[in-house]
Amino acid sequence: MPEPRRLPARSAFGSLVIIFVVIAGSAAAFAYTAGWFSPRRLTPDKMVDALAPPTGAALGHRRNHAKGICFTGVFESNGSGSTLSQAQVFARGQYPALGRFNLGTPNPNAPDSTVRVRGLGLQISTPDGQEWRAAMINPPVFPVSTPQAFHELLLAAASKDPNAMKAFAGAHPEIATFGAWDKSAPWTGSYAEDRFNSLNAFIFVDHSGAEHAVRWSLLPAVQAVPISPDDLAKRGPDFLQQEIVDRVGRGPLHWTMVVTVANPGDSTADPSKAWPEDRRTVEVGTLTVKQIEAEADGPCRDINFDPTVLPAGIRVSDDPFPAARSSVYAKSYDLRTAESKDYPRTAKSTKP
Amino acid sequence: MTGIGQRFTPLQRLLHWLMAFCILAMLFIGVGMVSTVTPKYLPLVSIHKSLGIAILVLALIRLAVRLRYGAPMLPADLPEPMRLAAHLSHYALYILMIGMPLIGWAMLSTAAYPIVLYGGVRLPAILPQSDSLHSLLWNAHFYLAFLFFALILMHFAAALFHALVRRDGVFDTMAPVSSRDELTPAE
Ligand code: HEM
Ligand code: HEM
Ligand code: HEM
Repeated sequence: MPEPRRLPARSAFGSLVIIFVVIAGSAAAFAYTAGWFSPRRLTPDKMVDALAPPTGAALGHRRNHAKGICFTGVFESNGSGSTLSQAQVFARGQYPALGRFNLGTPNPNAPDSTVRVRGLGLQISTPDGQEWRAAMINPPVFPVSTPQAFHELLLAAASKDPNAMKAFAGAHPEIATFGAWDKSAPWTGSYAEDRFNSLNAFIFVDHSGAEHAVRWSLLPAVQAVPISPDDLAKRGPDFLQQEIVDRVGRGPLHWTMVVTVANPGDSTADPSKAWPEDRRTVEVGTLTVKQIEAEADGPCRDINFDPTVLPAGIRVSDDPFPAARSSVYAKSYDLRTAESKDYPRTAKSTKP
Repeated sequence: MTGIGQRFTPLQRLLHWLMAFCILAMLFIGVGMVSTVTPKYLPLVSIHKSLGIAILVLALIRLAVRLRYGAPMLPADLPEPMRLAAHLSHYALYILMIGMPLIGWAMLSTAAYPIVLYGGVRLPAILPQSDSLHSLLWNAHFYLAFLFFALILMHFAAALFHALVRRDGVFDTMAPVSSRDELTPAE
């Protein structure tokens, strides 16, 4: 037992002040780190708030790309990708795939003809226990260069100020490329006819350890038939989902995965700028969609298609988006899983 | 188990201070990472998972060492409420040191995330995918993290109180180096 050494408590008051200062200082440092003194820090919560429509977020649903339908199938790798990345997913073979066709809207009931951006979430699993998750969209570029700019864009788009969007476009001229696609690119009447692009740049690490900056796309096997948004509207608000169910019911659908390799010096940090057309491309395999399931009970419902879930052999580049997306998708996932009562599964389902 | 003399064994002191540093780092990394969308989010999350599992391993070793070697007795003149507070808070700290990493691991399991640690080490899922369990565990990880921090602040304040105000040798039992030898001649 420590022998009690009663030194005179010289300045108990002074000591208490020291203790108080040390403890208060620690608590303040903690609060600072958590951002409580930094109201201007862009947090995942703020991004999620900015995504919500004026009527409020749809509880239980994804905070963006909320309207969607699950699919399962296989990714068949032709082996060519293994010159670029050591990930097992590029070794010749067939690997199970799970995914989700979706529309880029926070409203799960938005009519199809009102949503310009379409997406595809994908998860490929390999026997070595690794997973590759990706979420791709149909435009050729992202509207803005940085996550901060995306937040400002969301605020401007929701603003009541009629000049907000003009002011935003003035400050972010990069949005013009996306704007041109928005105006002129043809719409299609089927997910099966859409091309989906990673937009973000990633680094593939090959077997020798050499690194290759890449982007990838899924190219549809089905020829696109342009359709005007008005004609799409006439087919019904949920036409795309019915159509993909019917089409896959008649037979599997295919997309070719094409990897585009950057030249030295190409910027990887800005998804609002496409690389020049002449960059080397490698066809690495085929995604085959075999079965469609409704989201409410489907296998994609509780998956977060976080683009930073990557196998060894793929890693993030200096593109700031994947990290931002990962932080925001996690927040969206935390919220929607906590609200699952508001998005009931159908009666038969047994999953909790 | 009885007292082990006047101080914790060197191994216990090493583990205590190493873990004190790691756990404080975990709490700061935790609140820092969930409040940023910048590229540092990814390395912070990766460190959080790896260091968190390292803490789980260290805490289990520490518990075994504690059961084997025991602890020095508290001063006889320590008032009963303080004695009780010391014991209860130490139990709580042990529970949290082991519980928090397990909750973090389970939380990721119920969300069907692959759990990849530093150096590519993969952990298996310890619970099946479930949204209700996920939100339960998420809430537990969140609220217990703040409780943990509050408890550590109290513990820190108490340690300083022993060292600076009571000067009863309790701080010395865990001090990295003893100040007793220097003090003895003056006594
Ligand atoms: C900082 C910019 C971005 C933000 C804040 C953002 C936000 C979100 C959120 C909150 C979700 C719902 C996640 C979930 O609950 O699982 C989502 C889904 C999605 N995002 Fe993003 N996103 C961003 C950039 C991008 C980019 C660059 C792409 C494509 C290249 C993209 C494609 C998608 C797709 C396809 C989905 C649906 C995935 C699924 O089916 O679950 N997003 N996004
Ligand atoms: C931050 C500064 C810290 C100081 C100054 C400090 C100081 C001390 C001291 C003096 C003791 C010995 C008490 C006794 O005789 O029973 C002790 C014990 C203990 N400390 Fe800390 N500590 C700190 C941080 C932490 C942290 C972060 C943890 C994390 C959980 C922790 C966990 C413990 C536990 C569990 C015991 C009881 C040991 C046992 O009975 O096996 N301490 N600490
Ligand atoms: C001593 C152990 C641990 C401590 C003290 C700790 C502490 C924290 C703190 C303070 C937060 C932020 C809570 C918030 O403000 O939202 C957090 C979040 C998180 N922790 Fe831990 N943690 C520990 C272990 C782990 C482990 C072992 C894992 C996983 C293997 C883990 C995974 C996570 C995740 C994924 C989040 C983010 C949750 C979200 O908002 O989605 N933690 N942790």
